[in-house]
Amino acid sequence: MADSAEPTGTPTQERVPFMQRLLDNPFLLLFIGVTIPTVLYLVWGIMELVQIPVAPR
Amino acid sequence: MATAAETFRICPTTGLKIHLSAQTLIKANAVAAVVFLLFGGLLGLSVALTRWPAVHILPANWFYLALTAHGFNVLLCWIIFFEVAILYFASAVLLNSRLAAPRAAWVAFALMVIGAVMTNVVVLQGDSSVMFTSYPPLRAQPGFYLGLILFAVGALTAVGCFFGTLVIAKEEKTYEGSVPLVTFGAITAAIIAVFTLASGAIILIPTFLWSVGLVSNIDPLMYKLVWWAMGHSSQQINVSAHVAVWYAIAAMTLGAKPISEKVSRTAFLLYILFLQLASAHHLLVEPGLSSEWKVFNTSYAMYLAVLGSMIHGMTVPGAVETAQRERGYTKGLFEWLRKAPWGNPAFAGFFLSLVLFGFLGGISGVVMGTEQINLLMHNTLYAPGHFHATVVAGTTLAFMAITYLVVPLIFQKEIMFPRMAQWQPYIFAIGIAGISVFMMGAGTLGVPRRHWDITFSDALLHYDYPPAAYLMLALNGLSAIAAALGGAMYIINVVASVSFGKSVKGAVRQAQPATPLPAAVVGQYGSVAHVRIPGTVVLVTVFLVSFVLYYFVNWKYLSEVWPMR
Repeated sequence: MADSAEPTGTPTQERVPFMQRLLDNPFLLLFIGVTIPTVLYLVWGIMELVQIPVAPR
Repeated sequence: MATAAETFRICPTTGLKIHLSAQTLIKANAVAAVVFLLFGGLLGLSVALTRWPAVHILPANWFYLALTAHGFNVLLCWIIFFEVAILYFASAVLLNSRLAAPRAAWVAFALMVIGAVMTNVVVLQGDSSVMFTSYPPLRAQPGFYLGLILFAVGALTAVGCFFGTLVIAKEEKTYEGSVPLVTFGAITAAIIAVFTLASGAIILIPTFLWSVGLVSNIDPLMYKLVWWAMGHSSQQINVSAHVAVWYAIAAMTLGAKPISEKVSRTAFLLYILFLQLASAHHLLVEPGLSSEWKVFNTSYAMYLAVLGSMIHGMTVPGAVETAQRERGYTKGLFEWLRKAPWGNPAFAGFFLSLVLFGFLGGISGVVMGTEQINLLMHNTLYAPGHFHATVVAGTTLAFMAITYLVVPLIFQKEIMFPRMAQWQPYIFAIGIAGISVFMMGAGTLGVPRRHWDITFSDALLHYDYPPAAYLMLALNGLSAIAAALGGAMYIINVVASVSFGKSVKGAVRQAQPATPLPAAVVGQYGSVAHVRIPGTVVLVTVFLVSFVLYYFVNWKYLSEVWPMR
């Protein structure tokens, strides 16, 4: 797989597709993989729970 | 500073350069995993025999103690110790790299051992039988939560060492281009592990403070929401790890390359994006959460993760078929399958894990994740039936299978009882398939999970389950005995091989092999040149038809119990 850090001026240098760059970047994947469930599962769920009114005593 | 020759050795089977510190840590984590499997497995057998009304061996207090300890030891300790070993293998070994921060990795190991022992000791004292989920207001002793927190911190440190190793390997250019597919699967598992362990810390630290009296109240529903981000996602680490193990075993036993790196990696990406959201299916009957939250997280997002699993369900056997056809097994649709190395316990365990995970765990998981038909089996024995199909038939069987490769490659010992090893995956698979099917059957008949005595023998009000439910529990008990036998065969063979087995000849050879070895593809990037998988297409079609039929059968059941005409 072509690496984006090839020497400049190489005539055969190819542009690495976006998906390939994404899949080759474990820390970007880590960011996405933690953010999505945090927002869609945890934050959204917690927001719904804190809006439940407290039962009168 | 040690020289390269002193800190690395060359594996004669795969040609991989193995960092000796990584090798020692892989051994330590794998041995710890097997010890906890032994303990947790015995507890599981006692639980299954208690559920069998005719045997019913444990009194109520011991049943709940055993159930708590069984869940903790097998769902967390066995699996996560083994996964840490896999992470070190998939990073340092497959990338020909040194392991990042071996001292930190040893601290991680020590924290995990201390945490695991602490929680076990507290549970065995008898006043922390809160089960694996430990829902408030059930309150365990503080040591229970503290042990879990130490274990999670240790595991998170180990995951940090894995990511550090990826950085070192890239910096030191120990590989070219993209990482091998097995390493990519391990990256997926590690990413899910970060979310899982962080969620565990978010909920277990306040719960620990509540147990020592520093926090006055833990909201049960808030606890359930955050806890399941750990509880279910920890099982998604397993899925990613065992799929990576499937690809590894296919490569190491048959030299099988992925049929498409792009497709397999995209399937792993679907796991990274969506698999953790499936945690929501544990809250499908909770009144405080909206249908929008439930349906989005399960019926939309989770199905995209299921799509990832179905892709692996085609690409893994497809890789095997392609490799077998290249070896000349080209007659008809299934010569490649008939003439597969069924006598090799690594291959047999892997393929049985693949089939059982897909047919039993995968299909039942989708049914449980659908809000409407989940009502049929929520909190029944169907739930443990489902996750025994995923975690035991899928993950544990796959981990057992790769052990038969790890012992000669990493421990450099021959398997001591090869005949026993040949039989072991089949006996364990029959046992665990029975456990899964019969628990799901009992659950479909309404038998609750976590119940000591469904005969209600000491209760004022009785409820009569259909006789078939009792039959299912008896068959579950018999299946547990078969699974325990298979588990014992595995543990005896592994412990004997590691302790007393003959050393593998040539394992310390220091030179790179002159010719490429078939198993070396496990550490390489690249797809096969020509894909021809007609047999796999037939198998996948059978799976899809089964899936659709079972899914709609459950909607039919629902229409019969729903009192609306």
